[in-house]
Amino acid sequence: MPYLELHNLSKTFGGPGAVVDFDLAVERGEFVSFLGPSGCGKTTTLRMIAGFELPTAGTVTLDGKDLTTKPPNQRNVGMVFQSYALFPNMSVARNVGFGLKVRGRPKDEIDARVGEMLELIKMAHLAKRYPYQLSGGQQQRVALARALAIQPQVLLLDEPLSALDAKIRVELRAEIRRIQRELGITTVYVTHDQEEALSISDRVVVMNAGRMEQVGQPFEIYNFPRTEFVAGFVGTLNQLRVTVVEAAAGRLAFADQTIAAGGPVDAANGATVLAMLRPEELHFRTAAGENQLTGKVESVTFLGALVRVQLSVGPARITLDALNERRLNLPKVGEMQTVSFPPHAVWVMPTT
Amino acid sequence: MTISTAPVPGVAGVPKGKRPAEGNRFWSWVFFLMGVLYFLLPLAGTFYWSLRAEKGRLGFEAYRRLFADANFLPSFSESIINAVVAIFISLLIIVPTAYWVRLRMPKLRPVVEFITLLPFVIPAVVLVFGIIRLYSQPPLLLTATYDSSRVLLVCVYAALSFPYMFRSVDNGLRAIDVRSLTEAAQSLGANWATILREVIFPNLRVAVLSGALLTFAIVIGEFTIALFMAQHTLGPYMQELTRSKVYEPSAMAIVAFAMTWAAMGLIYRVSRGQQTQIGAGH
Repeated sequence: MPYLELHNLSKTFGGPGAVVDFDLAVERGEFVSFLGPSGCGKTTTLRMIAGFELPTAGTVTLDGKDLTTKPPNQRNVGMVFQSYALFPNMSVARNVGFGLKVRGRPKDEIDARVGEMLELIKMAHLAKRYPYQLSGGQQQRVALARALAIQPQVLLLDEPLSALDAKIRVELRAEIRRIQRELGITTVYVTHDQEEALSISDRVVVMNAGRMEQVGQPFEIYNFPRTEFVAGFVGTLNQLRVTVVEAAAGRLAFADQTIAAGGPVDAANGATVLAMLRPEELHFRTAAGENQLTGKVESVTFLGALVRVQLSVGPARITLDALNERRLNLPKVGEMQTVSFPPHAVWVMPTT
Repeated sequence: MTISTAPVPGVAGVPKGKRPAEGNRFWSWVFFLMGVLYFLLPLAGTFYWSLRAEKGRLGFEAYRRLFADANFLPSFSESIINAVVAIFISLLIIVPTAYWVRLRMPKLRPVVEFITLLPFVIPAVVLVFGIIRLYSQPPLLLTATYDSSRVLLVCVYAALSFPYMFRSVDNGLRAIDVRSLTEAAQSLGANWATILREVIFPNLRVAVLSGALLTFAIVIGEFTIALFMAQHTLGPYMQELTRSKVYEPSAMAIVAFAMTWAAMGLIYRVSRGQQTQIGAGH
C-alpha cells in the first residue's frame, strides 16, 4: 500500500486549473521530485500536501489517513522553503528545537534531539549562531534540520537550492540525499532544475500547465520521454521533421538523406513525424551500420567537459555534444562535416 | 581610432570634484546646526526662565515649589500609566490586524490604512464631543464616574495611536518574510497564538518600539480630550498651572520633557538589553 497518496488532486485559483487531476502514489522512504517550468503547478501541489492550499477537488492520504482538510499544524509534515524561513530572532539551536517546544516536549529531550540534528547536518559548533550570521547554504541546512527534528512523516522541499551558488547547490544536493537515505524519510522535492531532479530522485514527475506529463525513474524520463514536452524540457534534444519512407522498416527521409530508426515506426508511409535524437548520441567517427548526416558547421562552443557543435543540415540545425579530450581536433566553423549516430538512438513522435 | 593617453577633461577634474562634496558637507552642517538651534533655543529659553523664580539670582526655587505641589506627581503618574495601558491596547489590536492583512488580505490594506488614519482627520474637539455623546447614555454609560471615564480616555488614546502604530508595525512586517515564517511555524505545529507570540512579535520589536515611543509622547502631553473628560492628567494640570503661576509652568515643561525622554530611554534600554541577551544565546 502506498504511503503518501494524492488522488485526483485539483486546484483552481479562478482562472484555468493550476493543478489538474494529479494522481500519485509515493512509497515509504521514496524520494520523488516534481519537475517543471515555473507556473506548472508543482509548488501548488506541494503546498496542498503541506496543507497551505486547500484542494478544489481530490484527496491527500498519508499512511491511510485522510489529510485533505487538516490544517498544516496538525499534519506532521516537515517543510523546507526556498527562502530558508529561519526565525531571525532565534539561535540555530532554538530554530531546530522550535517544533519540539511547540509540542511541549521536555527540555532534556529537546536538547538531545537538537544535538542529534546538528550532528546530522555537521553544524553542532554553530548552535549558538543566529541566522544572519550564517551563509545561505548553512541556513538551508539548519532549515532542513528544523524540519526533520519533529520526525515528520513526510519531508517536503520547495526549490530549496534555488537561492544558492552553483557549487553549494551541488554539495547540498548530495547532502540532502545522504540524510534522506540515512533517515529513510519519504520526501517530495520541487525543482525547475532538471539536473537536480534527475540526480537526486528515485522517481521524477514532470509537470506542465498543471498536468502530470510523465512519471518515471530519472533514466526512463531522460531516455524514454513519452511526450514532446518531456522530451524538450528534460535535456537538450534534436527534433527533426522527417518523412516516413517505410514505416515497418523504420526508414525515414530527412533533407535528401536517409535515416534508419531502431525499429518499426508507428505512422503511415509518407507521413511527417518528428525524429528525436540526443546530442550526445551523435559523433564524428563513422561506424558501419550507423546513420550518417552531412552538414555545415555553424558554431563550436567549448563548455569544459563538453564541446557543443551545431551543424546545419538542410533546413534544420542539429546539435552534437562531444566529450572533451586533450587530443580533440575541434571542427572549424564553415567546413562540411559528417556526423554519425546508431539507429537505436532515434525515436519518433507525431508532430503537433 | 587610437586611444588617447592624454588626460580627459572629466578625469583631470577629479580633484576639483572633491570640492562640491566638501561644500555639501559644509551646508549639511549649517542646516544641522540650524535644526539644533530651532529645537534647543526655546528649550534653553524655557529653562533659563524657570531658574528665575527668586529675584536677583538663578536657582531651582520654581522646581522646589512644583514638586511641593500635591497635584503634580499624581497627575504625572496618571498620564504615564494611561500611556502605557494605551500602548498595550493599541499593540493588541494593531499587531494581529496588520499581520492578518499582510498575510491573508493584502487587498484590504489601503482600507485598513485609511481607517487607522482617521484620528488625524478628525479634530480632537470633534472626536471628544462625539465620544461624550455616544458614551454618556445607556447602554454605554461610561462617563458617569471618574474611573470609567478614565477607561474611556485610555481607549481613545489607543485609537489616537493607530496612525503611528499601524505604520510602524506594517513597515516592520514588510521587513520580514511574513508568509514563509508563518508557514514554517505552522508546519512545525504552531498555532496562531504561538506564531504571533514567538515568531511575529519578537521580530517586530524595533517597529513596535518606535510606535510605542510616539504614542507615549502624544499621550503624556495630551490636553483637549483629557480636559473635556474631566481627567486629572498632566495636560490639564499644566494648563491650570500656566494660568495661575509664572515660573512653575516653565519648570514643569522642563521636567516633563526630561521625564518623557527618560521614559523613552528606559524603553530603549530595556529593548536593547533584550536584544543583547538574545545575542548572547538565551
